[in-house]
Amino acid sequence: MNAGFLALDGLKIVEFGGYAAGPHVGKMLANFGATVVHVESMSRPDGFRMQYPPYKDDTPGINSGGCFTYFNDSKYGVTIDVKNPEGRKLARQLTDWCDIVIENMRPGVIDRIGLGFEELRKSNSDLIMLSTCNMGQTGPRADTPGFGSQLSALAGFCGLTGAKDGPPMLLYGPYIDYVASTLGAAAVLAALERRERTGKGAYLDVSQYECGLLFLAGPLLEYHTSGKIADRVENDDPDAAPHGAYACQGEGWIALSCWSEDEFARLCGAIGRAELARDPALATLAGRKSASVRINDALSAWARAREAHQAARMLQAAGVPCHAVNSIADLFSDPQLVARRQWSRRRHPVIGDQAYCSPAFELSETPGDVTASGPVLGADNERVFRDFLRMSKDEFDAARAKGAMD
Amino acid sequence: MLQGCVVLDCSRRLGWIAGRLLADLGADVTKLEAPGSDVSSADWRALNINKKLIRADLSEPVGTRMLDDIASSADILIATPSAGTSDVRLFDYDRLRTINPRLIVVAITPFGLTGPKAQWRASDIEIMAAGGAMALAGEPEGTPLRVSAPQSYAWAGSQGAVGALTALAARWRTGRGQLVDVSAQAAVITALSHAPTFVDILGITPTRAGAYMTGRSVTGAKYRVFWPCRDGFINFILYGGAAGRRTNEQLVAWMREKGLELGPLGAMDWARFSPTRATQAEVDAMEIPIGRFIGSLTKREFLEGAHKREMLGYPVSNTADISTDPQLEARGFWQDLPGPDGRAERHCGCFVIVDGERPPLVRPSEQAEGVTRHVSEA
Repeated sequence: MNAGFLALDGLKIVEFGGYAAGPHVGKMLANFGATVVHVESMSRPDGFRMQYPPYKDDTPGINSGGCFTYFNDSKYGVTIDVKNPEGRKLARQLTDWCDIVIENMRPGVIDRIGLGFEELRKSNSDLIMLSTCNMGQTGPRADTPGFGSQLSALAGFCGLTGAKDGPPMLLYGPYIDYVASTLGAAAVLAALERRERTGKGAYLDVSQYECGLLFLAGPLLEYHTSGKIADRVENDDPDAAPHGAYACQGEGWIALSCWSEDEFARLCGAIGRAELARDPALATLAGRKSASVRINDALSAWARAREAHQAARMLQAAGVPCHAVNSIADLFSDPQLVARRQWSRRRHPVIGDQAYCSPAFELSETPGDVTASGPVLGADNERVFRDFLRMSKDEFDAARAKGAMD
Repeated sequence: MLQGCVVLDCSRRLGWIAGRLLADLGADVTKLEAPGSDVSSADWRALNINKKLIRADLSEPVGTRMLDDIASSADILIATPSAGTSDVRLFDYDRLRTINPRLIVVAITPFGLTGPKAQWRASDIEIMAAGGAMALAGEPEGTPLRVSAPQSYAWAGSQGAVGALTALAARWRTGRGQLVDVSAQAAVITALSHAPTFVDILGITPTRAGAYMTGRSVTGAKYRVFWPCRDGFINFILYGGAAGRRTNEQLVAWMREKGLELGPLGAMDWARFSPTRATQAEVDAMEIPIGRFIGSLTKREFLEGAHKREMLGYPVSNTADISTDPQLEARGFWQDLPGPDGRAERHCGCFVIVDGERPPLVRPSEQAEGVTRHVSEA
């Protein structure tokens, strides 16, 4: 049964900041119906607009960047010069109008421009505000600037990726920002639940660093209790053998794992090497680990003769966990993702049709949606300031003439 | 913030963090485990802290009755139903909603409950492969890699928590629960940043970059990311923009103070430097003296020096480095609770500070106060 509305219809959110960590929270909530206004300025647009490709026709331009639009679909885009007194007035009107403010500037900046939580709640008493930054709002390194790609190294992810005797490896882009934005969305929604129940607003201080550590909570507890330092081990797993990636025909790869003797026997049968499953030396996890070269040779020979997706289907049919290593291009044709409508194409005035990522979960009654492409800079000034804030045409024109929207 | 919200967590590894996040936010979470199942691993203890543990054999009628009994008054039920098992009937949304129409059922599975791969088996490595993450990690000509500590479970579980809370918001209007169908494969796509846009807009498929950053330059230039230092590696990148300019200026000033050879860095006008447009030859020439400088530092020296100078860049930490980071200590991130043997265990605390206070973890991972019920043994 479809309820006929989205889960967060009526919820009003204003974002100050840019790049991934703040705006991705807004996108997640916008995809379930929240009205989200992304605030930039003409002189300081969102850093994702000009600093990160890809651009339409490979030509950098303020409105041709697909990285910015990808994280800002389903939102309204406005420009406000918060250094201008008229601009600050406009910003305050927006923060009085909304339920939630999301900001990801360096600690103290939002206070300095007069939009800190204590100030805003004077005229919006049940406001929920999320401040998300590298280190959190407090602590000896609170003022550290930083991007998520580097914070992913400080939080342990890069050091845990790669071969034991090789260098750490990058995870693509600001990996940890999306951990923090996902957890940030959970925090905002929990605050909303409390507000529904108690009428009380909230100030949420999210450290992207700390959020990332929740994704490594087990290895960290292990260190605290036993002193064992987790290390990168390529694709090994202590509880499975075989466990890894194997090259297939062309440039394809499969990833597979066996977690029991039964699974190993099914794998051996599927690759035509049933005799391996009958070998008592391979009957235990320890035995298979110590014979990893022999097993990997057999698997590699079988995989190299097959196309990756076909190989994965064969092993799945035999009841063995396996999947092709999807390339990023494969994500657009993977039958599972296609069936679940993972990508929604929306038309952008400069970029044209662009694929936007739909939520990772489906709600049976109030499904999510990508309602619009990412906005061009300042596209919705009139809509937001006049329709949402109910400014008269004269008020709007006067504010614009005074540089409030520069 | 979720005080009064009752959660029944029936998840296996794929979903553990969902209940943990809800518990940390204040929900009353009961974790159902089969009798005799292992609850001793660090992963189990870390991700099931703050929940009440109940043992119940769901293959027995008494266990099923107990499940339904708790579900009848719960707000959220989290499950990770395995295709082709009795889980499917047990956690079927249509069955559960007849017991409690207000119940939100969060089903976290590798590929989602519907679609041609709904029945496929997958653990972390296959989910990371299916979601595209392995295509982006590793040396360019080498084996695709996963992070050595499972990540897809955390991506899926945290999306499950967001899904549960989104459905909770909807319930204020509808009065009804609903099914939250989480695909771990789709959850991993969140980790790919904007990589899919290169395929979509330019027809370019991003691949493994190894220890270099690609995708920032229209000339195709690669930027070194990991620099060997005296006791490990440093993550440092030549950025542009205001923050990059300051970092680069400070780096050169730091090198100058140490009397190091600057090479082309000495004549750089950082206000005009654009990583988007720099050529590979220019980048390579700049990176030689930087490599020599970073090689002379320890991780902690870089961390403290870079902070003092407001520079971008961090050391590549391991779990020991993280556990002694003064920043985390100062914010009260770690929390000590009794472990299974009664000795204190140090856990990651709640991920958010609310109204100036970090919500405390209130329960150790296994109840030691007599409230644990062993249903199958009753």
